[in-house]
Amino acid sequence: MSTVRIPPVLRETVGGARTVDAVGATVAAVLDDLFARHPALRDRVTDEGQLSRFVNVYVNDRDVRYREGLDTPVGPDDTVILLPAMAGGSR
Amino acid sequence: MPGDLLDAIGGTPMVELRRLAPSSAVRLYAKLEGANPTGSVKDRIARSMITEARASGALRPGQTIIEPSSGNTGISLALVGSLLGHPVRIVMPDNTTAERTQLLNLYRAEIVYSPGAEGSNGAIRLAQQMADADPTIYMPYQYGNPANPRAHEETTGPEILAVVPEIDVFVAGLGTGGTLTGVGHFLKRARPGVRIVAAEPLPGEEVQGLRSLDEGFVPPVLDQSVLDDRYLVSNRDALIGLRRLMRDEGIFAGLSCGAVVHVALRVAAEMESGNVVMLLADGGWKYLSTDLWTREIEELETELESSLLW
Repeated sequence: MSTVRIPPVLRETVGGARTVDAVGATVAAVLDDLFARHPALRDRVTDEGQLSRFVNVYVNDRDVRYREGLDTPVGPDDTVILLPAMAGGSR
Repeated sequence: MPGDLLDAIGGTPMVELRRLAPSSAVRLYAKLEGANPTGSVKDRIARSMITEARASGALRPGQTIIEPSSGNTGISLALVGSLLGHPVRIVMPDNTTAERTQLLNLYRAEIVYSPGAEGSNGAIRLAQQMADADPTIYMPYQYGNPANPRAHEETTGPEILAVVPEIDVFVAGLGTGGTLTGVGHFLKRARPGVRIVAAEPLPGEEVQGLRSLDEGFVPPVLDQSVLDDRYLVSNRDALIGLRRLMRDEGIFAGLSCGAVVHVALRVAAEMESGNVVMLLADGGWKYLSTDLWTREIEELETELESSLLW
C-alpha cells in the first residue's frame, strides 16, 4: 500500500484527508485506485483523460514527467505527491 | 579601464567542492552567484531585462518599473533602476525576511506588500493588477520575459562551459525557470548529452493552501523540454544541504542553494564518474535574521512552512 499526499486544494475530494492510502504498481494504477473511491478527484486532476498540465505528480521526490510518466513504478513504501503547479520559487 | 557596477555583473567565481564530492571520480563544482553586486544571480536578468527594454523603447527614460518579487529580483531591479534613473516599485509577499525590506529601502525602491499566504502567485497577481491600472508603469515580468533566460544563455552558460568543458550534469533551483532554460539551451547545443536537473522547493502547507488548480501556473519562460529530471526538496533537506555547504566548504549561501546541493549530491551518488556543476543563486546575507545555520531544524521547519525564502 503506498501513500498519496493530497494538496490542500484537493482535500475536499477525499473527505479532507492530507494523505490517503492507495494500491497499485504504477502511478496510473495508484491514481485509478484513488479515482474509483474518490471520483471527484478525477474531475479535478484530469483533462480529457490526461493529467492536467497544472498538476505535478512525484514519486517520493522525483517528478514522474521526467521518468516514465504514468507508467513510473510505485513501490509499497513509496509516497506519491500531487501538487498544483505554481511559481516554483519566489525570487 | 573598469566600468560601473552594471559592468561588474556576472563573471562569478567557480569553485570545486572536493570535501562534498562522493568520490574522486565524480567532481562537483559550484558557480557562486552570491558574488554578484547585490548578492544574487538575479543581477544578470535585471540588467538584461532593463537594458533590452530601454533599447527597444518599451521602457522610456525615467519611467517607473514595477515587478513582483519576494526578494532577489526586486533588489537587483532596485539597483539597476537606481543607476539608470528609473523609480522601482516591488510587490512582495509580507512574510519574507527583514533584510529584503532593508536592502530595497537602501536602493530607494518602493515596497507594496501582498498577502504572504498567497505566495509568489499573490504578488504576481497584485503587480499585474497595478500595471494594468496604470499604463505609465513598465513591468519587466521575469516569469515571462525572454531577456531572463537569454541572460543565462549568453552569460551564465558560456561562463560555466569555459571552466568545466566536460560538464555532464547541471543543477539549479527552479524559480522562474530562467536559469535552467537559458543555461540548459546553451549547454545542450554545446555538449549534447548533458543532463539538466531542477531542484524545486516543496511549498509549505500554508503557501499551498490558498491555491486552486484553475490558476495553476507554469512560468512562460520555463521550457520544460530542456529538463531531464526534477526533484522536490523539503525545507529540511535544503537546510541540511545549506549547513553542509557552510561546514564542509565554507560557502555561505541562501536556502535554495541548500536544496541545489541536496539534489546535486543525490545525482552524484548515482554516477560512477563525471562532472556536476551546480549554480548557487545567492549568498547567505539576506537570511541571517532567520538564522538558518544554528537553530533547531524542527523549529525552523515549522517557521518555513508559512514563509517564502526562495
